[in-house]
Amino acid sequence: MDLIRLKNVKKQYKNGVTAIYDLNLSIQKGSFVFVIGGSGSGKSTFIKMLYREEKPTCGSIIVGGINVAKLRNKKVYKLRRKLGIVFQDYRLLPKLNVYENVAFTMEVIGAKKDETRRKVLKALELVGLKNKVHNYPDQLSGGEQQRVAIARAIVNEPKLLLCDEPTGNLDPERSMEIMKVLEEINKTCGTTVIMATHDKEIVNKLKKQVIVLKDGRLVKQEERGTYSEAV
Amino acid sequence: MKLFRMLGRSIRDAFKSVFRNFSLSLASISCITITLIIVALSILASFNVENFTAEIEKDMTIVVFVENGISDDKIDEITKKIKGISNVDSYIFKGKQTVKEEMQKESDIFNAIMAEWDDDSNPLKDTFQVKVKNIEKISQTANKIKSFDGVSVVRYGEGMVDQMVTAFQSIEKVAYGVVIALILVTVFLIINTIKLTIFSRKREISIMRLVGASNFTIKTPFIVEGMVLGLIGSIVPVCLILFGYLAFYQHFDGYLFSQLIQLIKPEPFIYIVSLMVIGIGILVGMIGSASAVRKYLKV
Repeated sequence: MDLIRLKNVKKQYKNGVTAIYDLNLSIQKGSFVFVIGGSGSGKSTFIKMLYREEKPTCGSIIVGGINVAKLRNKKVYKLRRKLGIVFQDYRLLPKLNVYENVAFTMEVIGAKKDETRRKVLKALELVGLKNKVHNYPDQLSGGEQQRVAIARAIVNEPKLLLCDEPTGNLDPERSMEIMKVLEEINKTCGTTVIMATHDKEIVNKLKKQVIVLKDGRLVKQEERGTYSEAV
Repeated sequence: MKLFRMLGRSIRDAFKSVFRNFSLSLASISCITITLIIVALSILASFNVENFTAEIEKDMTIVVFVENGISDDKIDEITKKIKGISNVDSYIFKGKQTVKEEMQKESDIFNAIMAEWDDDSNPLKDTFQVKVKNIEKISQTANKIKSFDGVSVVRYGEGMVDQMVTAFQSIEKVAYGVVIALILVTVFLIINTIKLTIFSRKREISIMRLVGASNFTIKTPFIVEGMVLGLIGSIVPVCLILFGYLAFYQHFDGYLFSQLIQLIKPEPFIYIVSLMVIGIGILVGMIGSASAVRKYLKV
């Protein structure tokens, strides 16, 4: 079953730059997909449109039954509650500790305290940080901070996890740790993972589904693809 | 339940934010305090003025003297005409004999002199005592009565009443003007306070949006913060009303300058005014923060 379906999607920014031309693709539920391409290929725009940070100029984007292209600003939160997002720069709140950063997601959607506690500890266990709940972000390494960000993204048990270059700031060893966590989430929770990256090594090693973008156009979408073949 | 949890969170965040940006909050709070003190003084003054003009109005009578030797028919006609004036609340007719008897009761000297007057030699005049509905129109009503045929003189303590009414009216107008100007300045200051809070929490807001916080959840803490500023700002004015007015009332024994101006009893008056002042404070805070949220929080 398709979780995501894009039809004739085009994105032109206000300054006249076109980031995506006529994109048609679908992504199945439970899959792990790499979105690869060079700088300016439209990877980030693609991810941003999936969580409705950007609206497509034309075309339709269906994410988990919601037409994102027609979603009004007021209703965006309904979409966001169904997905988790991880960024290259972690985006943690420096004044909150690990537990509070993850619990923040549950708090703002009005979850009960005991439910929050249960889910936060479960998410932190999944990313292997249960022993660092009281630490603050500046007491953690980059890899650990990114794992907190992942825990925050999955604490609400989303169907879809979007990652925009999550390993961009990390060395190869830490990057592989993150990838292991993401794979684990994909396997155990059945969460669909879409990850934009230009880390050749990761793509080649994991051999997952690959979507290749070049200059805003879809070049290739294949199962068990690699970086060298694609770009 | 969920709504209460969210509101609880908003109130907690609002208090945190007030104390985190305390120097800034202090500017807004002091401005609200000053505004509310003046608002409170205006309310206290205008209520008292209203109270005492109402008292005067109750006692205010137009005395109409009818020409001597007039026929009963003519008096009936005047009665009908007075009855027909819309501003007339009530009237009493007092014949010259009644007036004479009343005056005799007032003092012994009058009694001695007037005892010798009989019906024909009584030089006093038949009178109407007229009460009006609207004291501001008393002079018009008096002039109208004076124009009736058979009416000799009309008296209502001109001058003094007119002057007092105009004086109080202009004092009230100036007070309202000052209050409105101060409220505008306060709203502007609150907008700025909330704007800076919004900017200092931009990162948090963007993360809230990413993880699926609704607009209501994002906006409410800022609006509550404005209301909290208003509430804190009303503490000093309320104390001033509760203790200040009581002291003032006791110091003057309930009367200002003379027995003519009676002050309103402190209870429950001061509690009502305090609630009004708190209400105005919270409302001003809310208006300021709501407009800041609308302007600077793009959600």
